[in-house]
Amino acid sequence: MTQVPVTEGVFSWPSQTPQLIGSRCVECGNHMFPVQSGCPKCSSDSTEEVLLGRRGTLWTWTVQGYPPKSPPYAGNVDPKTFQAFGVGYIELPGQIKIEARLTESDPAKLKIGMEMEMVLVPLNTDEAGNEVVTFAFAPVA
Amino acid sequence: MSIEVAIVGIGMHEFGRTEGVSGMDQGVVAVRRACADAGLKWDDMQFAFGGSQAAGAADTMVSQLGLTGLQFINVANGCATGGSALFSAYNTIRSGVFDVGIAIGFDKHERGAFRINTKGAGLGDWYGASGLALTTQFFGMKINRYMHEYGITQSSLAKVSEKAFRNGAQNPMAWRRKPISEQEVLDSAMLSYPLTQYMFCSPGEGGVALVLARADKAHLYTDKPIYLKAAAVRSRRFGSFEVLAPSIALEHNAGPTVDASKAAFEMAGIGPEDIDVAQLQDTESGAEIMHMAENGFCEHGEQEFMIQAGETEIGGKFPVNTDGGCLANGEPVGASGLRQVYENVLQLRGQAGARQVPNDPKVAYTHVYGAPGISGVTILSR
Repeated sequence: MTQVPVTEGVFSWPSQTPQLIGSRCVECGNHMFPVQSGCPKCSSDSTEEVLLGRRGTLWTWTVQGYPPKSPPYAGNVDPKTFQAFGVGYIELPGQIKIEARLTESDPAKLKIGMEMEMVLVPLNTDEAGNEVVTFAFAPVA
Repeated sequence: MSIEVAIVGIGMHEFGRTEGVSGMDQGVVAVRRACADAGLKWDDMQFAFGGSQAAGAADTMVSQLGLTGLQFINVANGCATGGSALFSAYNTIRSGVFDVGIAIGFDKHERGAFRINTKGAGLGDWYGASGLALTTQFFGMKINRYMHEYGITQSSLAKVSEKAFRNGAQNPMAWRRKPISEQEVLDSAMLSYPLTQYMFCSPGEGGVALVLARADKAHLYTDKPIYLKAAAVRSRRFGSFEVLAPSIALEHNAGPTVDASKAAFEMAGIGPEDIDVAQLQDTESGAEIMHMAENGFCEHGEQEFMIQAGETEIGGKFPVNTDGGCLANGEPVGASGLRQVYENVLQLRGQAGARQVPNDPKVAYTHVYGAPGISGVTILSR
């Protein structure tokens, strides 16, 4: 099945090792995600696009235990078949903390501080039969 | 000599679900009740600030209340909408422009978790499509990190809910009026780890209105004026951890609640030790716990002992959310912050009935928090 990204410009695509696309402030070095033109740290309007790191540590997490409202959610919301999914913030060293889905949803297997790596996960199938993917972080085995 | 401000009338439409009555109409009921409480008529109001998030433009309610030509300004500031209306009314009187006016908040939300308008919140469609646009996730993640850092237990989370429903059962205006035990709270469905169903408040309906006047004229309307000693609203700073954030900075900032609280205490010229009763934003039970420390009432982690010892109960050393809070009242966004002030006025007047805080409370505190990182604080005194 052909894969398509949930949106353009949020992660590098196509790529064997996709990376999130962020901004870096030319004035103060602050990192931002997603891309934005103004810096919330120093108020500069001079930012440049950067690819963010693919590995970091889990800063905090939760588990989405019920189907989100759709719209806006594009994944499965059927209460009979809905699968809980993890959500967390991953601290990318020297850059920023990123909010993302997690591939793990078992509270017993999620620990603050654990090593995580970026992956892509399927959300749904679009009208053209393509598999829509978004980014997530997975525990490093 | 600066002008002081007093609350001279309060009105509320019951919180919860009122089938067949629009959010706007619930606001109108609250206004009529507030005017009656002050012994005033709608045409005595020289100005109004009002708002709702999902129930329409407040200024259109004049078609039911009376077309008196007053200055009516709509306020829209997320969860701080009611607090912002009150802040604006407070400053309008302090500035000397008008002597008497009203702050109004009301709302009516669809059932279930808030459906986030990602575009309106400045977020890309991908964010909601990916399953990240849920306020409940933020609450789960913030308290999970906090428990990790400060040793708060699941039992304390459940005790906060148990207290809320016990207090709500004593409040005729509350939505949830049935006590729920700590064990039932723990056993309810896990919605957003570590928070269960009964640890979360629900979007709901309701309306609140407060009549304000110059303090030197308050005796014309009431023999129990309650003075508004401070009202402060603050937005987030760089590095704070807020709801609906695709990313957060590596460096840490304590957040807008800490800033709003400090500003309010400075305005009032008092400190946390002077507060006799507090209403703190309890969107879920973890929020009440964290907000106790963010508002300066204890050190981080001390809540564990305070809650287990019952200090935040109505008869405890530091009563919190005496009307059942958001947990028992639900959250009609536009009205929620004003509900807290309404409850504090009752407590300071000694009119809170079965849930009256003992020992004659004299100073009371409210705190509201919401997206995208905004806090509002008020301090009231007799």
